[in-house]
Amino acid sequence: MKIRKKSRDAAALNSWLVRRPIQRMVWLFLLPTFAAFCIGFLYPFLQGIYLSFCKFRLTSDAQWAGLSNYKTAFTDPSFLHAFWYTALFAVVSLLLINVLAFTVAYALTQKMRGANLFRTVFFMPNLIGGIVLGYIWSMIFDGILIRFNTSVVMETEYGFWGLIILLCWQQIGYMMIIYIAGLQAIPEDMMEAARIDGASSWDTLIHVTIPNMMPSFTICTFLSLTNGFKLYDQNLALTEGRPFIQEGGEIIKTTEMLALNIVNAFTSQATNRGVGQAKAVIFFVVVAAISLLQLNATRSKEVQQ
Amino acid sequence: MKKFLAMALALVMVLSLVACGKKDEASVYYLNFKPEADAAWQQLADEYTKATGIPVKVVTAASGTYEDTLVAEMDKKEAPTLFQVNVGGLKSWGDYCYDLTGTDVVNELAAEGAVITKDNGEIASVAYCVETYGLITNKALLKKAGYEVSDIKNFADLKKVAEDIHARSAELGFDAFSSAGLDGSSNWRFSGHLSSVALFYEFRDNNVSGMPATVTGKYVENLKNLWDLYTTCSATTGAALSTATSDMSEAEFGQGKAVFFQNGSWEYNNLVLDASKGFNMKAEDLTMIPLYIGVEGEEKAGLCTGTENYWAVNAKASEADIKATLDFLKWVVTSESGTTMMAEQFGASPFKAAKPVENIFCKASDALIANGNYNVDWSFIYTPGTDDWRAAVIDAISQYTVKGASWDNVKTAFVDTWAKEYKEYTAG
Repeated sequence: MKIRKKSRDAAALNSWLVRRPIQRMVWLFLLPTFAAFCIGFLYPFLQGIYLSFCKFRLTSDAQWAGLSNYKTAFTDPSFLHAFWYTALFAVVSLLLINVLAFTVAYALTQKMRGANLFRTVFFMPNLIGGIVLGYIWSMIFDGILIRFNTSVVMETEYGFWGLIILLCWQQIGYMMIIYIAGLQAIPEDMMEAARIDGASSWDTLIHVTIPNMMPSFTICTFLSLTNGFKLYDQNLALTEGRPFIQEGGEIIKTTEMLALNIVNAFTSQATNRGVGQAKAVIFFVVVAAISLLQLNATRSKEVQQ
Repeated sequence: MKKFLAMALALVMVLSLVACGKKDEASVYYLNFKPEADAAWQQLADEYTKATGIPVKVVTAASGTYEDTLVAEMDKKEAPTLFQVNVGGLKSWGDYCYDLTGTDVVNELAAEGAVITKDNGEIASVAYCVETYGLITNKALLKKAGYEVSDIKNFADLKKVAEDIHARSAELGFDAFSSAGLDGSSNWRFSGHLSSVALFYEFRDNNVSGMPATVTGKYVENLKNLWDLYTTCSATTGAALSTATSDMSEAEFGQGKAVFFQNGSWEYNNLVLDASKGFNMKAEDLTMIPLYIGVEGEEKAGLCTGTENYWAVNAKASEADIKATLDFLKWVVTSESGTTMMAEQFGASPFKAAKPVENIFCKASDALIANGNYNVDWSFIYTPGTDDWRAAVIDAISQYTVKGASWDNVKTAFVDTWAKEYKEYTAG
């Protein structure tokens, strides 16, 4: 090992006498975190993948079943319905949440009275848990819909838009904070240059502000897309999948999203939980693939400041 | 401070390791699924341990999580030695059920038939309490409206009484039925219990005892009779029902705003005994009448009495633990403290040494049977894929009630979903 010449005022920590033992023992310092990672994530994840190929009720009593669980999952009409329903939901919520959050953030960074108060108020819904929100909103929706002799759990469309409204209300404030941080990070000299060059405020927004904010867009679209896909507790509390349709004995819960479908598959099967497990693996692969694609797409548009 | 914390943590770790390593000779581990009976079980277990020296551990699954808890616990080395398996659970847990044939707890049964048998004739589990459901009736209000319980002998009578009370509800200050809520907390009363009456008559016609591959839904049309009364002769109708809860319905009845409330003997505790609920109804004002749906000869119908609560002993436990568990069960169903606790917590139980019960709903059932009426058996226990089947039925009922869709959909759900769920159930 080459001995580096040290400057006199370097902190004692930079001395090789201190650093070498630390460097040698690096594995010891990594060990606790790595062990936690293995126990808490890696092992269950691999075990989960293995179990998705098994027929099991108890994890200690699993029998290899090959691809049959995946076959059942892919031919399950309720799973396919939940998949497309969730995809549609994720796209609609992604667009609405980001457009609205950006608009609110843009408005609140203009000089206006009470901007801080508004920021706090808009952020607050994010502090309420999903289950609670679901029940609160079901009361609000039903309070209105009851006048028309219907309810949020009676029509698929009501359930869909109800969930969209709920999720927007919950998440716009959070995304708004990220956008505000992005807006405030735009160098003032660039804005000034645009003004001097006579750019209208629309031009400034399109050609200066938005390109400079691509990192914020990347993170916000990533968060809202994956949140849309993973939505569970709001779904459970607001509609629980109601209303259902029946076709030849098959029950399709029309407002059931993927996560809820997986949980139901896991708990309702009398003997084989492998199908639910297979659905969960498919779910993971799909969400991971979509979010990686999306990250790639938005990252490539990010500019260096 | 930090040093102290680290030491404390290390101590906890060592102690938990020690705890893991300890293994008693013979012990009982009961996974109880009735949270309301937890305290009573713990006390009984302590008493047994004091008397015999055999440790009894009672763990209670939180409400609605019994199946999940059982799955988790069965995976452990120290698995429950005593747990619950009903007809629906037989398929998934049958292999874990010790054959109870000839054991003391089975010999203590007062009547045959209070057991679940496997296909090979082994006794998988044994019933430990008997419950009953029907129309809980407020006799005092009924009298105020000018009727007696004896005026209601069939569906036509019930309809006449209910419609009259509903028509005069403003003047009387109460309505006929408490709300028939379709919310998840309440709809099992109809998808499970009410539809069971239609299944019972169909099974009786066809001599079915067990899970049939298909049902015809012959009496589904009759269910409509009673359902229409529930949803018209009540203060809550239409879309409001879609999110009405079980608590609402119970409160309407408990506060004297409705004469009839479809529910079971387990409500006795809430309505009469439990002061914290605030209903404090008088036992002598209450009774339970059969669910009349307009079937020929239903004047002789009794209440719906049966059980879903069966004990099973873990066949994969050690020989010594199995013996300890069987001894414990025998003690529970024969000893003074055991039978007292059973009567207090569960009402009627099917054992010879069972104490007489206070529960007036169980008494009403016994009185009807003594009078020569037939019991309306719990046919819903044979439903394949219970959750999905009930979901389909309740959805069709909701569509009918709120959106005016055809009642035929209920029949479709009844028949088609049954056939499909049966296929899935047997395919495994």
